[in-house]
Amino acid sequence: MLRAIAKSLVVPGLFLALLLVLPFFLANEYYVSVLILACINAIIAAGLNLLLGYAGQISLGHAAFYGLGAYATALATATYGLPMEFGLVAAVGVPSLVAVLIGIPTLKLTGHYLAMATLGFGLVVFIFFNETISLTGGPSGFVGIPRLSLLGFTVESDLSYYYLVATVLALVILISRNLIDSRFGRALRALHTSEKAAQIAGVDITRYKLMVFVLSAAFAGLAGFLYAHYLTFIAPSSFGFLYSVELITMVVLGGMATLWGAVVGAFFLTALPEFLRVFENIEILLFGAILVICMMFLPQGIVGGAARLAGRFRSRKEENDG
Amino acid sequence: MLSSYLQYLISGLTVGATYGLTGLGFTIIYNTTGIINFAQGEFVMLGGMLAVFLASAGAPLPLALLGAVIGTVIVGALMERLTIRPVKNASVIQLIIITIGISIVIRGIVMITLGKDTFALPHFSGETPISLGGATLMPQSIWILAITGVILAALRFFFTRTLFGKAMLACSYDRKAAYLVGVSVERMVLFSFMLSAFVGAVGGTILAPLTLTSYDRGIMLGLKGFAACILGGLGNPFGAAAGGLIIGVLESFGAGLISSGYKDAFAFIVLLLLLFIKPSGLFGRAQVKRV
Repeated sequence: MLRAIAKSLVVPGLFLALLLVLPFFLANEYYVSVLILACINAIIAAGLNLLLGYAGQISLGHAAFYGLGAYATALATATYGLPMEFGLVAAVGVPSLVAVLIGIPTLKLTGHYLAMATLGFGLVVFIFFNETISLTGGPSGFVGIPRLSLLGFTVESDLSYYYLVATVLALVILISRNLIDSRFGRALRALHTSEKAAQIAGVDITRYKLMVFVLSAAFAGLAGFLYAHYLTFIAPSSFGFLYSVELITMVVLGGMATLWGAVVGAFFLTALPEFLRVFENIEILLFGAILVICMMFLPQGIVGGAARLAGRFRSRKEENDG
Repeated sequence: MLSSYLQYLISGLTVGATYGLTGLGFTIIYNTTGIINFAQGEFVMLGGMLAVFLASAGAPLPLALLGAVIGTVIVGALMERLTIRPVKNASVIQLIIITIGISIVIRGIVMITLGKDTFALPHFSGETPISLGGATLMPQSIWILAITGVILAALRFFFTRTLFGKAMLACSYDRKAAYLVGVSVERMVLFSFMLSAFVGAVGGTILAPLTLTSYDRGIMLGLKGFAACILGGLGNPFGAAAGGLIIGVLESFGAGLISSGYKDAFAFIVLLLLLFIKPSGLFGRAQVKRV
């Protein structure tokens, strides 16, 4: 038992170690901020991957949950001056609650209908962020969000913020991994393969779908919390349709249904625009092209494709050896 | 009071007609392939933008319109040949993601080549408004409604009276059976993409003089077109057109009576409610049985 627990900690632990030493290889502060954003994106992508990759349910409105988390904590801490612990609860709680309310009717839908319903939901929330100016500041944004301080600690430098965000990401991965290997994860994969068969086998598909939907919304909300208190400024444009698509791109590019895929995809796509500064507008175009090419030629994404390639290589080697 | 209601109705019907045309494009592809083409709104945008581009390059208006429609049809054909045909056994999620990716690529290319500005296309026949019971009616509105009507009638004729149209419907009914009686399913799928690009582009070119156009118009138009489809019952072309008109009018009254800021939200709130209550749409699936 203890050994099993220790074993399940090894990979996320190594990953955390890797994340923590990363800043030492980077020349300047600017890259640390890119890393922070990459970790935040990876937290959402890991949650979305549970929904999209494992349960096979698409959401084109995940940016809305991210935004709800960010605005919830901004309102709680900046507007109402509540302690940040309360902001954290609100940032995770509000998106989760909204996910329950929206998920109950939406998750009855499948395929195209689900995609459109989640897209419609994302847009309504986006319009809401833009229009409730007295609450959110409207299109010009919400200013004056305090920097993060939890349980008496205030995070001052970018570097320590990065350590915090990296640790949260490692925790999210640990939680996701344990979920995937559990009864819950098997149920998700079953309903991905065939909802009917899963249902016959006794999986309460409605409940499981809703649970994974809410969990992914909670992760997005948590990311929203980290984002709002890092930048201390949020605006609706960060939570629009294109960001939802960007999140899907991260999951797809890394590889659906591989836990690390979403993380790799998130890091890659966050860092990519930094290298493409020369071609300023090409970034969006590139996201689109990556989506199309990945789905056409590499549906398992980078990590999934690499794993398959490694598997093929291994089996060939065994053939040769035997 | 009454005149402002009439004004809302007129502008609602005008914009709604283009939502209907976009919805029609969704329906045509859905019926032959079972795919929802998330790039449908981009066909509409492309029609408007290409027309603006050609007109500003010096082409006379009718030629610019024709060129824009042809250009969009070529894009539709390329999209099918290059990205849809190669992935024969793709899952629904895969197809959704591919068409979303294409919509982003089209938008990106237009943005890079034609810029981020908002453009206006000249009105087809002057801008002298016609007074109608206290409300004003732009001549362009008449163009929009008339052309939408003509396209609907032509499509109805095409699908019910011509062999080619019937063959397309046969594909939607049962692909394998259609194939067995000698229908080239591949050709029908290609044609459905071209036809829906055509319908979308026409919608884009007739709307551009009235509501202006820019590279990012496609998302909203596509979504509202889809909302129109769902409202009318997915798969039912005339339901989509009617759904478009309903959404246009709803939006126009919502903007006028409640708040113009929430204008775009009305269509989606209706869409969400409908999906939750009656996903088969207002005009149901029972009427959609064809062939």
